[in-house]
Amino acid sequence: MSGSNPTTVESPWARRALIGTGFLFLALFLFLPLVMVFVGALAKGWATFATELSDPDALAAIRLTLLVAAISVPVNAVFGVAASWAIAKFDFRGKSLLISLIDLPFSVSPVVSGLIFVLLFGAQGWLGPWLTAHGVRIIFAVPGIVLATVFVTFPFVARELIPLMAEQGRDDEEAARSLGASGWQTFWHVTLPNIRWGLLYGVLLCNARAMGEFGAVSVVSGHIRGLTNTMPLHVEILYNEYDFVGAFAVASLLASLALVTLGVKTVLEWRFGIHRAGAAH
Amino acid sequence: MSIVVENISRRFGGFTALDRVSLETKPGEFLALLGPSGSGKTTLLRTIAGLDFADEGHVLFDGQDMTGTPAAERRIGFVFQNYALFRHMTVAENIAFGLTVRKRRDRPAKAAIAAKVAELLELIQLPQLGDRYPAQLSGGQRQRVALARALAIEPRLLLLDEPFGALDAQVRKDLRGWLRRIHDETGLTSIFVTHDQEEALEIADRIVVMRGGVIEQVGTPHEVQSAPATAFVSSFIGETNRLPVMRRDGAAVVGEGLAVLPDEARGHGVGELHIRPHDVELAETGDKDALAVTVLTARPIGRSGRITAQVAGVAEALTFDLPVAVAAAAGDRLGVRPVRYRIF
Repeated sequence: MSGSNPTTVESPWARRALIGTGFLFLALFLFLPLVMVFVGALAKGWATFATELSDPDALAAIRLTLLVAAISVPVNAVFGVAASWAIAKFDFRGKSLLISLIDLPFSVSPVVSGLIFVLLFGAQGWLGPWLTAHGVRIIFAVPGIVLATVFVTFPFVARELIPLMAEQGRDDEEAARSLGASGWQTFWHVTLPNIRWGLLYGVLLCNARAMGEFGAVSVVSGHIRGLTNTMPLHVEILYNEYDFVGAFAVASLLASLALVTLGVKTVLEWRFGIHRAGAAH
Repeated sequence: MSIVVENISRRFGGFTALDRVSLETKPGEFLALLGPSGSGKTTLLRTIAGLDFADEGHVLFDGQDMTGTPAAERRIGFVFQNYALFRHMTVAENIAFGLTVRKRRDRPAKAAIAAKVAELLELIQLPQLGDRYPAQLSGGQRQRVALARALAIEPRLLLLDEPFGALDAQVRKDLRGWLRRIHDETGLTSIFVTHDQEEALEIADRIVVMRGGVIEQVGTPHEVQSAPATAFVSSFIGETNRLPVMRRDGAAVVGEGLAVLPDEARGHGVGELHIRPHDVELAETGDKDALAVTVLTARPIGRSGRITAQVAGVAEALTFDLPVAVAAAAGDRLGVRPVRYRIF
């Protein structure tokens, strides 16, 4: 028996070429741009970098981004757990419709997502006149940014949990119920521990997107410096004003967030062997 | 405790899982629900447990109507086929779960719970494994822990859904006898679901044979074997040869006059003759009350010789156990007289 089979085993040369191409591609399109962000941010030294970041408008953008994430991530965590619980553990009419709806934000362009809110709450929108009459501002204000972010990020947790919960089935919950546990005790002591790593993973991805969202937020924000500018929007403004160091300094914070997310995700996967079964985005 | 199930029906979409099923258990009885998949046995068990609810009918515990009571309030012990142990809890925590989730005023003290857990670990013969996690146990050990967890709440009734279904043959056999001993020690009324007739015959006091959402027969292992109520029970439990017959005037005619057997039930029209392999004796090929068969294969099994044989006009090969002394070989023509048989 000669051990080599030409249809499944490439020659060492071909293998090296394929792997090399892969790495070259990654370096060119992923690693190099990332490095350039940090190079650009530090082009005029650490002192300038620090000055740019302590600019009041930059600080306001960072604060707003953190606020938006602090609201939308918990909201979507709760919604995601509730939706996947309902979908994975119960049979009801309209279940497939609910699953499709959860995926909607993934299939709609973020700009369109933003426009939906302008159409609903904007000055010329359906609810606009009523809102103006009652002195409530949603569009071009923080509430609109939060709404748009919640909309765009809501599939992340649910998508992560639905396959996980469906795979685990109902036996554990039924066992807990038969042992006399209440619905809340069952959720707290049995369901939640079973999904905790998947939930953490979903929250992580949700957070990364909430902080990084540009399109939908851009439509509803109005780009008011110091008031309705999130970090991604602030990067754009600075860049358009040829303040490259400032733009890259703020961008480097977002890039660091991405790296931290990636790091934690890798650790989670390695440590707990989380199976990625949900849609990857 | 005694359980009464009255005219329970349950449909899932267009599928009827249970069709007006009624059943009564005696206190302390060990009952097996036996049937092929889709027969409704698991649905019946879950309805008794309160994990599923019937569309019609009632479930009574000791005369008390429990039909709408959720599982959490029924005080039943339920054991799942796949154990359903809480994977993030130790064995001891799993067993204690039903006690720790009780309301404060009903909850035993920590020391009392620990004592109970130790006692149950002793009962399931795993006293050293309290600190392990379920993933560190074998299948048989996990199922024993699941049983201990169910027993911890001192249930009024023990329900087991295919408790040995996920285990290999040898472990199944060991656990069977062990489960029966636990039942006898605790005196709990127990109901278990199985599709394995051997399991049901070996440990149950009475067997409920189900098919297509209805109960075909309820009886002791001896009854369902020796006096099957329906053709289904006869063929589902134990080995059975089935032959088409014509029934007329107290006689059943096999084939076109091949053999004529007395038909005590005096049925009329097309029927099915059921003969167990060992319920036959050797006869002359010309005897009117015997089947003339052509031997296909012959091999000795224990103290009898097993032959497979063909009867003219019947497609399926028949199986008979004859004394080894009968030196049959493939191609031989024999007369086989049914000593005991049933016609449905």
